[in-house]
Amino acid sequence: MSFPQTELKKPPVFSGRNLYYHFYRIRTKPELILGVLCLSVLAVLVMVPLFEIIYDALTFQEYDKAYQKDGVVGEFTWLHLKRVFTGPLSNALFFKPLMNSLAIGAFVTFFGVSIGSGLAWLLVRTNIRFKGVFGSLVVIPYMMPSWVLALAWLSVFKNDRIGGSEGMFTYMFGIQPPDWMSYGFVPIVICLTMHYYAYGYLLMSGALATVDSELEEAGAICGMNRRQRLWRITLPLLMPALGSAVVLTFIRILGTFGTPALLGLPVRFFTFSTQIYASINARNSGDAYVLALVLIFMAITFIWINSRVIGIRKSFVTLTGKGFRQREIELGVWRWPATIGVAVFIVCIVILPMLILLWESLIITPGSYTLEGLTTHFWFGESDPNLAYGEPGVIHSTGIMTALWNTIQLGVSAAVLNGMFGLMIGYAAVRGRGTLLAKWLEGIAFAPYIFPSIALGAIYIGMFSTPFGPMPALYDTFAILVLITVVKNLPFTSRTGIAAMLQIDKSLEETARVQGIGWFRRMAKIIIPMSTSGLISGMLLTFITTMRELSLIILLLSPSNMVLSGLIFSYNEQDMSQHSGAVTLLLVVIIVSINFLVQFLSGGKGLSGLKNS
Amino acid sequence: MEKIELTGMRKSYGKEVAVRHLDLTIEPGAFLTILGPSGCGKTTTLRVIAGLEEPDTGIIQLGDKIVFSRDDGIIVPPEHRNLGLIFQSYALWPHMTVERNITLALKEQKLSASEIEQRLENALEMVQLDAYRYRYPSELSGGQQQRVAVARLIALRSRFLLMDEPLSNLDAKLRTEMRTELKHLHRDLEATTVYVTHDQIEALTLSDIVVVMNEGLVMQHGTPYDIYHHPSNLFVAEFIGDPRMNTFTGTPKNDGGQAMFECGDLSFAMPGDLQPKTGNLIATIRPENINVSKTEREGWLKVALESVQPTGASTILQACTEHISMTLLQPGFIQMDVGDFLWIDVDTSTVNFFDPDTEQNLKS
Repeated sequence: MSFPQTELKKPPVFSGRNLYYHFYRIRTKPELILGVLCLSVLAVLVMVPLFEIIYDALTFQEYDKAYQKDGVVGEFTWLHLKRVFTGPLSNALFFKPLMNSLAIGAFVTFFGVSIGSGLAWLLVRTNIRFKGVFGSLVVIPYMMPSWVLALAWLSVFKNDRIGGSEGMFTYMFGIQPPDWMSYGFVPIVICLTMHYYAYGYLLMSGALATVDSELEEAGAICGMNRRQRLWRITLPLLMPALGSAVVLTFIRILGTFGTPALLGLPVRFFTFSTQIYASINARNSGDAYVLALVLIFMAITFIWINSRVIGIRKSFVTLTGKGFRQREIELGVWRWPATIGVAVFIVCIVILPMLILLWESLIITPGSYTLEGLTTHFWFGESDPNLAYGEPGVIHSTGIMTALWNTIQLGVSAAVLNGMFGLMIGYAAVRGRGTLLAKWLEGIAFAPYIFPSIALGAIYIGMFSTPFGPMPALYDTFAILVLITVVKNLPFTSRTGIAAMLQIDKSLEETARVQGIGWFRRMAKIIIPMSTSGLISGMLLTFITTMRELSLIILLLSPSNMVLSGLIFSYNEQDMSQHSGAVTLLLVVIIVSINFLVQFLSGGKGLSGLKNS
Repeated sequence: MEKIELTGMRKSYGKEVAVRHLDLTIEPGAFLTILGPSGCGKTTTLRVIAGLEEPDTGIIQLGDKIVFSRDDGIIVPPEHRNLGLIFQSYALWPHMTVERNITLALKEQKLSASEIEQRLENALEMVQLDAYRYRYPSELSGGQQQRVAVARLIALRSRFLLMDEPLSNLDAKLRTEMRTELKHLHRDLEATTVYVTHDQIEALTLSDIVVVMNEGLVMQHGTPYDIYHHPSNLFVAEFIGDPRMNTFTGTPKNDGGQAMFECGDLSFAMPGDLQPKTGNLIATIRPENINVSKTEREGWLKVALESVQPTGASTILQACTEHISMTLLQPGFIQMDVGDFLWIDVDTSTVNFFDPDTEQNLKS
């Protein structure tokens, strides 16, 4: 059969008609405009800072004149790299912190993921008692700042090594705990493990819930025994989740700042993150940038290895439970011991630290844990020059109230901005599926994932301490905190945005379009109302992580933009343990109650969003 | 009433060509159906008319307004084309009541409240959904959802109606019912209508004109009668009709001045002016155009029954000789056994002949 074939005739590229056509064509594709917009904003917020610190790390800076008087500012130099990697200081500056970080990372990941997986298995697959209650209590550490345990640890085990008050241990037993028990490696590993197991738990319980018991039963029918079924069927199915749990936890630990700072800095035990902090404080930003780059490089390497071994598509699949039949494993005589074990664990890591901090906030003289000396002065008292350098109680302290207000503002604005950003990225990526633009957009939104928090903070200092393009210098401002929080949370929010958008069938929007409803009205009437429920959990997560964040913003905090977590850190540095205990409790109570409030208002699934992060 | 015109339209997705070449004029007020198997480019064509897809080249005209022309740099977005469109999924907004679903676009047009109310009542009345005004789509049955989509279209009063397989999600009984209603709708609204389907019964029953498409090309363009009786090529002949067309490959012979078509032991008279380039011809005969007798008749071919499938009002029979097999369609509920003998005769006036190489109908 022969039919006419249409020849492709196109007017010349630069003819007026062609340009006119493309101008109108782009106007009919809102996802294209939005995509380009998001991509350029992200490029500025994510890629430019990265190039900026590479540049700064390789050029001579003003502050380097202290070491090399004849240097020319802006010239290419190996100075920073040399000092970090080969100079006489490199051992203290680079190798020791590196080894400390890697060792802490390895131990915490191993113990944390093991505990998390074990708990997940107990609570998801066995007939242990009080599953529901345990299920919601076990994730509370996720909502608390990771360094709460470190504070509680110090309250108990502080010794006379650094002067100031001593801890409960000394008070009760009259002996000084040894240094290895009070500071440094061991307490850091213990405190971090007790926080980060929650990541492993969330990922593994999600994955375990999707493993169909029928698959295991099919193995049993083929003649496998219990052990073979575990090794041959269950574990391989869990590998992707396990892999991401390991990598995720490891990267977060590399970038974590609060705990190593509280427990390590007093004895000059440095990790990578605290070394970056110290270098920046010592005005050696160049060294800090080199260290931050190494950290990013390591993070990329681990993600790459993980994706090579397990497959990138599988490793980041969000695992959500589907309601199919799961057979509970009978624990038999171990049922009650297991239940009691989990209960004790929860008491030790959730309730005990809170009680310790409460007690700490009520004693009148630091280090004197008598029941007679209890006072509510540090909560409700007016300024008294004899107590805590005259700092008034929590509700009278303008510093604390300002920081509280800043924290809430930061959490709310980060959550709202992230929700909007997530929606826009989701819209552009889903409507433009298959185009190069959508692919780049998804990729770049994922990029902040690979920047350890402290490294991103270092990047933002470098980038925004001077005016950048039309943007004024943002150092010391509230805006820079919002900016960095929004960027750091993007990988998660853009994924929720994409997921929410995928649930809205294209035809729902196209119908409106054909009926003559313009893009802004479509967004307002159809897209936004339909996607909010999906975005709520993403926004809640952003809110919680922002409220308790320290690693990310510690380098950017100053008295003018102080938030609660930073305030707690500085109270602790000044040995004002009652204040740090009180403010920490305040923060935790606010986060937990807001979480439950949102959970209640949004129909009870607030925490399920956490499983994806 | 206004026409729709597509000239030299071509649409591809990357290397995949969905519509290779399309020239199509839809007369004002006509009901035109685009019919074809999945992947033939019919839905793409509809979406191009709606403006939801952008063709590579060609001109699209709605009424006397050009809405797309690559060469002239014209591209009018869907929201300014004044169309009505029904999707297969109905595309009702799940977070809005029936009323809001129908009035959203009217409100956006800033019509007066009384005008909106009047259109809404009118539309709900036409689809008999007055009582369901404040329900949400999830509280309605499939048929009712479909009617809401139709009501939305009625209230909009567009000059053009586009429908993308609107009945395919309904069960068989409801489908017949809605078919009648859509036909009424078209008559009442007097809008130029394009209907896309893969269901030939819908195409034949609803349309003024049917366009059969395959692999991005128009195979035939004509009235339902023409498409059914005079397929212009073998694809259309085999695609239209249920049960399927019988096809026989055979050779024309000259038997004492009378041209005869012979295939195995089947032979019948054919027009003498049909001369194939090569020796062979393909003849197609509809199952209902083969006469059947239970008793032996002079000159009729004896065949054995292979299967009997009564569908109620008619019966589909499968029969064969040693050389050929065929499908027969007879009215009534026939009860016979496999292996019984029948005698058949071809109604020669209904036979179409095709060139085996070009697959074109030799008459047209």
